[in-house]
Amino acid sequence: MLDPQIIFAGVLNGLLAGGIYVLVAVGLTLIYGVLHIINFAHGSLLMLAMYAVFWLWRLVGVDPYVALPVVTAGAFIFGFVLYRLVIGRFSHGRDENVLLITLGLSIVFDNAALLFFGGETQTIDVPYAGSFVQLGAAFLPLPKLISFGASLLICVILGLYMAKSDTGKAIRAVAKERQGARLVGIDVDNIFAISYGIGIACLGAAACLLMPTFYVTPTSGNAFVLVAFTIVVLGGMGSFIGAAVGGFIIGITEALGGLFLGEQLGQIGISLIFILILLLKPTGLFGSRA
Amino acid sequence: MKKQVTISVSRRGFVAGALAGSLAAPSVLRAQSAAIKVGLIHPVTGFVAYNGQQGRLGGTMAIEDINKAGGIKSMGGAKLEALLGDSQSKVEVGVAEVEKMNEQGVAAYIGCFQSPVTIAATQAAAKYNTPFLVDVAASDVIVNRGLKNTFRLMPGFGVCVDDGIANLGNINKAAGSPAKTAVIVHESGEFGTGTAKLLASKLPSIGIEAKEVIAHDNPTRNFDNIALRIRSIAPDIVMMSNYQNEYMLLARTLFQQKVNVAGFYSILGGGFNYKFVKEMPDVSQYMMDVNHWFNPKSEKAQALKKRVEAGGALFTFEVYLGYSTAMLLADSLERAGSADKAKLTDAIASSTFKAELMPYGPTKFVNGQNQGAKPAVMQSIKGDIEVIAPEEFASAKAVFPKPKF
Repeated sequence: MLDPQIIFAGVLNGLLAGGIYVLVAVGLTLIYGVLHIINFAHGSLLMLAMYAVFWLWRLVGVDPYVALPVVTAGAFIFGFVLYRLVIGRFSHGRDENVLLITLGLSIVFDNAALLFFGGETQTIDVPYAGSFVQLGAAFLPLPKLISFGASLLICVILGLYMAKSDTGKAIRAVAKERQGARLVGIDVDNIFAISYGIGIACLGAAACLLMPTFYVTPTSGNAFVLVAFTIVVLGGMGSFIGAAVGGFIIGITEALGGLFLGEQLGQIGISLIFILILLLKPTGLFGSRA
Repeated sequence: MKKQVTISVSRRGFVAGALAGSLAAPSVLRAQSAAIKVGLIHPVTGFVAYNGQQGRLGGTMAIEDINKAGGIKSMGGAKLEALLGDSQSKVEVGVAEVEKMNEQGVAAYIGCFQSPVTIAATQAAAKYNTPFLVDVAASDVIVNRGLKNTFRLMPGFGVCVDDGIANLGNINKAAGSPAKTAVIVHESGEFGTGTAKLLASKLPSIGIEAKEVIAHDNPTRNFDNIALRIRSIAPDIVMMSNYQNEYMLLARTLFQQKVNVAGFYSILGGGFNYKFVKEMPDVSQYMMDVNHWFNPKSEKAQALKKRVEAGGALFTFEVYLGYSTAMLLADSLERAGSADKAKLTDAIASSTFKAELMPYGPTKFVNGQNQGAKPAVMQSIKGDIEVIAPEEFASAKAVFPKPKF
């Protein structure tokens, strides 16, 4: 039987991991909610953002947290332009085309990264990497605490932006009723591009928060995508709050599963949740029927 | 007005010409096809792409050097031609590369870094009796199936575990035997699982009990739980056997989670290299690894290290093992005097090649495994890698038990 102190530490670790999952999943759910497509390039774009963080640190010495506004803004612009020039243009308004294009883009990005950056594992060694906060048996690394707090803050800001700003309201209108939004004068194509840009900006922020504790290779983004898909389904596709709650549930499930069942078998908890939610509540915890 | 020229060829003439052409072609082709094709199969994309690229670098550098030195002299200076294959870190793709290269007429294969890919690829090559030289792949299953075409210059995980255990016993004894328990963390594939099983069974022979064996997937996003579990077990030693990314991530997590033990001791630790110890000196400090290592006293090894580093790459074990394996093939071709598969297989099997870059004795293959191959034990000390065993190659004494984080 595990010591309750260790279980407590496991729950805290799960919450901290969940913080990053939330940010990756929020981007995915936003893109799904508005464009009604699964962004297959999500993992590859996260990987590109991680390389951006790495090279900013390596070449200019910019700390990943200091780089956050720049990388987030850069990721937004990249996502916006990518949608405008490639996804929107070549999809001809068909959802299945968008799926294929994002899948194609992911292959191009992964191989371009391999060509230009090589397959080497790249890491950032920040001076505060070894700093930690002790809470009972839990040693909480400072970079993970920072990423948890920043992730929550970004989600709140994004939530407020979606609720209060004109663009946010337009995004919600397009998500709810595309044709109606067009009829009241909303530039739907522009909203698609903005939504895609915001989704990728979330990945930019996640990359900054991840790099002090993780590594980047041309395939490293994929490690977070499957879990992000599970979170989106759990929380309800297109739901912001669902992605946030789902992220933490998955983080804690993963942590406790790992502690009680071992690291490999512990992953079964995530799959079980995925299957149960599909069986019992296919719309997810906070999703509504389409 | 242009004058139109019509060349008329009768049907009979065309057939005769084609026949003459086809009869003449082989001699022309023979004159041009002196090159001996060597299939280099590595995972240059996928989750172990870096290791595969390093292996390819070593193999191609050796082939370049062989060709520059005049090729295979006993075959009239025949040049080696590298056919480059990408297994994409997948078993089925590795096998497909073997088939594709067989159709292109390869004389021998070199590869494949991952044990599962190598097991399948060597088997596929065995169908055609084509020699397969394993540059890097740790599982002993590769050479334990009685395949006559398969040869491995480097030691497998059996030898690495035996040597690693013996050396750990010596290091522990010299420090007054502070280590009594261990936790083994390994990747869940053939390489990690096989190594962990051997470790768990052999640790008691040096008075150390394996308290728990923990497997993890590739990739693993987060090692926090494993760190917690290790802390709750409180072993004296943490033993690791995993690929580069997970090795590095686990080491960093153990450092961040302040898992203080007497020592970290990995067997074939995929991430233990110059890059790791230089970029993460605090994390890597005093970590030990049983692994392939070049002979630091070899001038050729030092010269190759300089060349590789001048090209912006790291001198990792994949490079010097890939290089040495290609040199073994060239030596065997030289002695066989032919690229005939049977003759070449015999020449490799009876090889006494001296792998100058490696701290090995003369090559002697028994069931395809080089008996002279040995690993070394290294320790990261102050941002550099020091050899701490075997004694004849040691550049420093082991720091054990290690100071706390």
